[in-house]
Amino acid sequence: MSSPLSLWLIPALPLLGFLACLLLGKKLGKSFVSIAGAGSVGLATIVAYSRLIPFFSGGHAPVVERLGPWITAGNFAADFALRLDSLSAVMTSFVTFVGFLIHVYSIGYMRHDETEAGYARYFSYLNLFMFSMLILVLGNNFLLMFVGWEGVGLCSYLLIGYYYEREYAASAGKKAFVVNRIGDFGFLLGMFGLFTLFGSLDFDRVFPAAAADPGRYAPALTVVCICLFVGAVGKSAQVPLYVWLPDAMAGPTPVSALIHAATMVTAGVYMVTRCNVLFRLAPEAMAAVAVVGGVTAIFAAIIAVAQNDIKKVLAYSTVSQLGYMFLACGVGAYAAGMFHVFTHAFFKACLFLGSGAVIHAMGGEQDMRRMGGLRPKLPITYWTFLIATLALAGVPPLAGFFSKDAILASVFEDGRYILFGIGLLTAGLTAFYMMRLVSLTFGGDFRGTHEQEHHVHEAPPTMTMPLVILAALSIVAGFLGLPKVLAENGNRFAAVLEPILPKLPAAESAAHELSHSTEWALIGASVVVALAGLLIGWTWYAKGKGAVPDRIAAAWPGLYALVADKFRVDELYDFLIVRPFQWLARMLWKVVDVLIIDGVLNAAAFFVELAGDLLRFLQTGNVRNYALSLFLGLVGLVVLVIGFAW
Amino acid sequence: MDALQGHLLTAVIFLPAAGAVLLLLFPESASKAAKWFAFGVSVLNFAVSIPLWTRFDISTSGFQFVEKADWVPSIGVSYALGIDGISLVLILLTTLLTPVSLLFSVSHVEKSARAFSISFLLLETGMIGSLAALDLALFYVFWEVMLVPMYFIIGIWGGARRIYAAMKFFLFTMAGSLLMFLAILYLAVNHHSATGNWSFLLADLTRLDLAPSTQSFLFFAFALAFAIKVPVFPLHTWLPDAHTEAPTAGSIILAGVLLKLGVYGYLRFALPLFPEAAMRYAPWLGVLGVIGVIYGAMVAYAQKDMKRLVAYSSVSHLGLVVVGVGAFTATALSGAVLQMVNHGLSTGALFLLVGVLYERRHTREISAYGGIAGVVPVTTALFLVATLSSIGLPGLNGFVGEFLVLVGTWSSAHRWWAVAAATGVILSAVYMLSLVQRVFWNPLVHDENRSLPEIRKTEFVAAAVLVVLMVWIGVRPNDVLSRLAPSIDAVQKTVLQKQAMAAK
Repeated sequence: MSSPLSLWLIPALPLLGFLACLLLGKKLGKSFVSIAGAGSVGLATIVAYSRLIPFFSGGHAPVVERLGPWITAGNFAADFALRLDSLSAVMTSFVTFVGFLIHVYSIGYMRHDETEAGYARYFSYLNLFMFSMLILVLGNNFLLMFVGWEGVGLCSYLLIGYYYEREYAASAGKKAFVVNRIGDFGFLLGMFGLFTLFGSLDFDRVFPAAAADPGRYAPALTVVCICLFVGAVGKSAQVPLYVWLPDAMAGPTPVSALIHAATMVTAGVYMVTRCNVLFRLAPEAMAAVAVVGGVTAIFAAIIAVAQNDIKKVLAYSTVSQLGYMFLACGVGAYAAGMFHVFTHAFFKACLFLGSGAVIHAMGGEQDMRRMGGLRPKLPITYWTFLIATLALAGVPPLAGFFSKDAILASVFEDGRYILFGIGLLTAGLTAFYMMRLVSLTFGGDFRGTHEQEHHVHEAPPTMTMPLVILAALSIVAGFLGLPKVLAENGNRFAAVLEPILPKLPAAESAAHELSHSTEWALIGASVVVALAGLLIGWTWYAKGKGAVPDRIAAAWPGLYALVADKFRVDELYDFLIVRPFQWLARMLWKVVDVLIIDGVLNAAAFFVELAGDLLRFLQTGNVRNYALSLFLGLVGLVVLVIGFAW
Repeated sequence: MDALQGHLLTAVIFLPAAGAVLLLLFPESASKAAKWFAFGVSVLNFAVSIPLWTRFDISTSGFQFVEKADWVPSIGVSYALGIDGISLVLILLTTLLTPVSLLFSVSHVEKSARAFSISFLLLETGMIGSLAALDLALFYVFWEVMLVPMYFIIGIWGGARRIYAAMKFFLFTMAGSLLMFLAILYLAVNHHSATGNWSFLLADLTRLDLAPSTQSFLFFAFALAFAIKVPVFPLHTWLPDAHTEAPTAGSIILAGVLLKLGVYGYLRFALPLFPEAAMRYAPWLGVLGVIGVIYGAMVAYAQKDMKRLVAYSSVSHLGLVVVGVGAFTATALSGAVLQMVNHGLSTGALFLLVGVLYERRHTREISAYGGIAGVVPVTTALFLVATLSSIGLPGLNGFVGEFLVLVGTWSSAHRWWAVAAATGVILSAVYMLSLVQRVFWNPLVHDENRSLPEIRKTEFVAAAVLVVLMVWIGVRPNDVLSRLAPSIDAVQKTVLQKQAMAAK
């Protein structure tokens, strides 16, 4: 057997693509950029699958490939080392493949609108993102994970602000970076804590040590896990740090699909799952994860109901679905959480790319109130969009049904009935706002301008092909994780992940398995809720605008405006944090620096000058001058004393 | 070659001074030739300094490339040179940043270019001499030699308020160094009365047995001089003025090297001479460092002038270095010294690129720019990399130093310093990314910016050198860290041993 291709090739290829697009792209033109940009990711996908296929068909034994030392100082050491195990394999499988599809889609989406330089810039950022994301996923220690973690944040910043001459986009990019940095502050503290506890940041050292001696580490792990989770809250846009993600929609739509739906934002879930051994030893931290996830799920779903921008609906939907994933992690159902990460990548990428096709066809229009009637005009987009919508809504047997059902069942199993209720309600809301979106966009009559109507056309094959593939995956991906009631060993996804979810000696409260009838009841409930949501969404908005919603809005105008305004959380943060910070910064400068410190110094200088003048007076021999100098000296002293005391 | 081998440090120190003397032979009108000549000398000096790096022995903690000769034997002043890992990396930083600054100046300094070049080369001699001196009298001479050319560089080639800034810089620094001078004399007299011999050698003076109260007093004299140089809050107010008014090349050197001499002096002299006092007051130092990190960052955010913003960011970055020194674990100290190099590269690059914009638009006001990324994409890209290095993006140099300082501080007795200083991670992103947005992104509103010329070749080369090093140190920090490790261990060990002995 020939030796396998190095894991390092997987991130290295997009890195090469980045350099090629950045340095040569403008000179060699768009065709070169398309080939280098999409081709490098295509090659990386091939290399990845050359490693993944033997891995999945083999025994799932983890492989670590060490390149060499990175940082060695004092008692600290970290290596360049990549790791292929169940978790990183699952992540790599969809990150590379979905990433490649979105690169191909981007060729169709960006090629005509952009200048040579802009096109090269776009693909170089996108390739740099792939590099960072793959380092994040494949890194064998926390520090390397953090390289990818901040690297994807940088690319997110650059791509959100891709249209940098629009102030809104530039601010959104900055906001994303800064809010993520708040999370990274937590991540850093978590790493400091881990290093002092375990003397290493290597996954191979930290997790086995914690699992072997829980009694020793468990007390400190609560704080460490909460710190790490703060990082996840930032990256995966959970309450209260979710505010950057809706604004991130200012970037080009394929970016929203790749970074802000399918891959980067799930990094927090990946990190928490990666650290499941630590979190399971810290029940309080687990509870925090569950509650934050549940609250985020319903909160974002409510906001999504009242948005009119097609991408904003999808953005809040992503925030909400990420909440589901954390809810799963928080109740210990890591496999279910990762399964939702996996299926969500397909249908949410499909939805975003579909919305991109719509926006593209409508000449940049994003407001659903000015769309409608697009079904006959964009048939491929419509059907793929509809499939992905049903998958997200949890209609069996599409992908989202199985992953969402697995989460809800786990929450129920864990005895968290309030969170279960929240999850169920969120499922209904999800079905509702997605059907509302479909109806407003594709149903009813066309509500755009004449010019737009004339312009509307189906997207080129580079764009529709990825849609079709993603829609197909949204149909079938769920069959990898069938629940027990349907097939005894049907959950192959969970079986793959088993090695990274080791049994802990201090066994958590033995999960009481649900009876078959309960499980059928739960499935029934979630299907009913989903269908109800879809039905309401369809009937209320089938004509393009809803009479019932209008009546509701008229009956509770304050409440409706509050939801439509996203609960005015941005305004609240602005009032509570941003403005006081700006005020304090100005005060420190004007008062502490200029007035106090320099004031004291100037007073001292003044005193020296004054002393010089007094000495000159001393030379006069005039008694009245002596008296004056005494008086002035006193004044000078008083000024000085006041200056110092103040 | 062998002759040079034994006197490599002398060569690196005095080559620039020799160049300055030769410049006197140039006619005053030959300004272009003078600038290129000075640049050539500094490049040659960089080349001469490379063997220091390649031949440096990382298996020993002692001083290397040692040279020793009597200078003023009657009072025991000697010409003693030698470097360890800490001085090595800072000397290389100096021999690198000097040609970078001079290359930038080639196309920008017009007024009395010959005098400017002479000042700059003398400054280089002063800086390298300070970093290599092992005799306190010699150190003091070089320390003062540094001060004078920088005073002229700010005062003559600076901006509108240059006289005020130069005066402030001079008075602050003088105030500190005079006290240090008295303390040095006191030590020498003390040594004479204890042994009967005059000596200013660091190795001799560290053997003195000083009463705790005397130690505290002398420590304060040294610490004040160094704290002003760093600068440590609240002694920092000379810095924004000096930085803002200095010409670009002066700002690069000021931020890149001069500030580092404060921390260097503390590590090299104050710590081993007064270990007990140093350890006793280390907590205060750490707290002032933490304040510097947060305060510098917040005040930077409030600035409207690009250079002043970068200057306050230096207060924040150097605050982190001081935190690492105060925490005093090997990891934190390594991080602190590495961070000095990193700050030299990133802030040097930021000042350089601000200079590029200033030379074209003759304003430093942030609001005079906006949306110029499309006009000057190369400048934008370079500025962005320097920004990312400055805010500690992993993969670039800044992250490694920052992380080591913080993780090393966390494992010291002062965990909360690490927590507080880590907020700098958030704050630096806030002020630097707002700067980037207001200058490079956003709509292009000022028509005069539409025809802004792109960065020139000389400027580009100067900036690109720094960018390459940012990536290099980010990916291979061990090239630097391995050279620091034995010296850091030695500093730590001497201090802790002497402290333990004194405790008995």
